[in-house]
Amino acid sequence: MTPSDYEYLRKLLKERSGLDLSADKQYLVESRLVPLARKAGLPGIPELVQKMKASAEALTAEVVEAMTTNETFFFRDKIPFDHLKDAVLPALIQARAARRSIRIWCAACSTGQEPYSIAMILKDMPALSGWRTEIVATDLAQAVLEKSKAGVFSQFEVQRGLPIQMLVKHFKQNGDLWQLNPDIRAMVQHRQLNLLQDFSHLGTFDVIFCRNVLIYFDQDTKAMIFERMSRMIEPDGVLVLGAAESVVGITDAFKPYPDRRGMYCPNTTRAAPRIAAGSPAMPLKLVAAAR
Amino acid sequence: MRTCLVVDDSSVIRKVARRILEGLDFQIIEAEDGEKALEACKRELPDAVLLDWNMPVMDGYEFLGNLRRMPGGDVPKVVFCTTENDVAHIARALHAGANEYIMKPFDKEIVTAKFQEVGLI
Repeated sequence: MTPSDYEYLRKLLKERSGLDLSADKQYLVESRLVPLARKAGLPGIPELVQKMKASAEALTAEVVEAMTTNETFFFRDKIPFDHLKDAVLPALIQARAARRSIRIWCAACSTGQEPYSIAMILKDMPALSGWRTEIVATDLAQAVLEKSKAGVFSQFEVQRGLPIQMLVKHFKQNGDLWQLNPDIRAMVQHRQLNLLQDFSHLGTFDVIFCRNVLIYFDQDTKAMIFERMSRMIEPDGVLVLGAAESVVGITDAFKPYPDRRGMYCPNTTRAAPRIAAGSPAMPLKLVAAAR
Repeated sequence: MRTCLVVDDSSVIRKVARRILEGLDFQIIEAEDGEKALEACKRELPDAVLLDWNMPVMDGYEFLGNLRRMPGGDVPKVVFCTTENDVAHIARALHAGANEYIMKPFDKEIVTAKFQEVGLI
């Protein structure tokens, strides 16, 4: 891959998905895009770039998807799910006793392991019996959303993080594949969404999972997304970030959730939001880039 | 250092499991069938058992029943690791006292995830 090919891909990925690749990530691009080039019948990345430049929109979309699809597994990192079960949900169950409903957003759901992990937790909590529980799962990549919707996982996938009792309880075996039961799948709604674009239409949430995705964005983009998320979360709601992510030094829209690493709550005491409620959802230059 | 008894009639599988588990800071004891595994447990109970199902002399299912009936035999965490990958076998294993279940083939990530799940890591 030539430096100019890399620069072209870097710029395109930044504009389309917010992915902020540093100069030393050529190996990542090669590992993801060489297989895609071969699949398209092309010898390598230079030819792939050439074809993309010739307005091959479908191929460009595939490139963005290939670069933004991240590995995921059930109950990844375990601790956020323990916090959800042991602290966040019990508090919400008390606070929402009158309306008996909970909404959760998985902002980068990938192939579905995260929203379905949450769905299984909700399903297995007797206190939520009879409640309206809704999980909205969004991702930039249509291909992973389709896989998530299908709810079919390989033997390898169901063994990464999923306790065996949950596998037996919530899945049906079909040869080497495992199909999630319809009641769990029905708890999750899927929508394609680019976090660089307006997402206020999704409504208000009690919990937002946004793990291991903002890590690829630059500071300004992260701050803008946090700001917009802060306007879509209940005052007593919780934002869950990845183990290596934080709001510290990026935004004051959220503050750390007491004694629970990786969890944040809206900062209702801050003086004034940086972006007023009536202002555009994102800076105009980013709107233009996202298109 | 915690101990893990690896029970499998395949020396290749025992070798692969040893390499993975030593990387997770376990001291490994090997046994090639359930009877030898039971003898090892009578000498000293391990912290964990990685257990195959189909083996000569005494299979993993029978070994597990014997282990759980031993004094202190309820303490070791037992993770089945077998080609018996159907729900009926999994349910039988759990009913007999297995803590987790790995369906072969497996890799380091799966073993790590399962050992984490039962609190061994």
